[in-house]
Amino acid sequence: MNYLFASYTVVWLLLFAYLLSIARRQKKVQDDLADIQEWMDRQKK
Amino acid sequence: MNRNLLAWATCATMLLSLYAIFMYAPTELTMGAVQRIFYFHFASHWVNFLAIFCVFIYSVRFLIKRDRELDIKASSAAEVGLLFATIGLLTGMFWAKPVWGIWWTWDPRLTSFFVLWLIYWGYLMLRRLVESPEQRARLSAVFGVLGAVDVPIIYVSNRVWRTQHPQPVIGGGEGSGLDPRMGWVVALSFLAFTLLYFYLWKMRQDLERAQETVESLTRQSQFKGFA
Repeated sequence: MNYLFASYTVVWLLLFAYLLSIARRQKKVQDDLADIQEWMDRQKK
Repeated sequence: MNRNLLAWATCATMLLSLYAIFMYAPTELTMGAVQRIFYFHFASHWVNFLAIFCVFIYSVRFLIKRDRELDIKASSAAEVGLLFATIGLLTGMFWAKPVWGIWWTWDPRLTSFFVLWLIYWGYLMLRRLVESPEQRARLSAVFGVLGAVDVPIIYVSNRVWRTQHPQPVIGGGEGSGLDPRMGWVVALSFLAFTLLYFYLWKMRQDLERAQETVESLTRQSQFKGFA
């Protein structure tokens, strides 16, 4: 029973870790885009 | 399919599948409750092969058409595939320990699958190492096509060689087969994992497109002095 519990726990932990990693990378992309936008705005001025 | 709708469909089938695994499926006579690992183990391997199939198809198409969108689809499928391959490996180990008495053995089935897992890692590492987007896409497409060669070896490994891993329970010839209730639960877990795969694949593709846009904008603006 312990192995069954451990197995399903590991599956959910891996899935959540992957979703978290996607969210972190999405945040980084948004930050990079904001930096580029800010730089382009400064260039226009 | 709309991404929100896909997310809700995935959640609903996943919950239904968990209910079926723990409440509906009969307990296997020899192994007992630990056999319930089978449903997620089998479904994750199914999705993993679906992912490898996508990598193969989109890599071949990329090599013919040289369309960056096809590279995005192939590379996203490879990353999601690696996730499900890892789930398949780990659930297998948690099942092997109480049933075989060992976590791992280097039999042909497990070894050939481990090689596929390493191929996935190699594919993703290659993408990180090559800087030029065109070269990266071309090399990974070649790697993606070559990597798929391991799949038929995995498939025949427990049919051709004597392995610690059991013979196939579905379509494995005489003596194979499942209790009908177990069959329904397997079908439901396959559906849940397939929907989850498409949801994650779609999400990963959107991220890859956004990363490519940032990469291209950064490159363009570097010419104009962006640090």
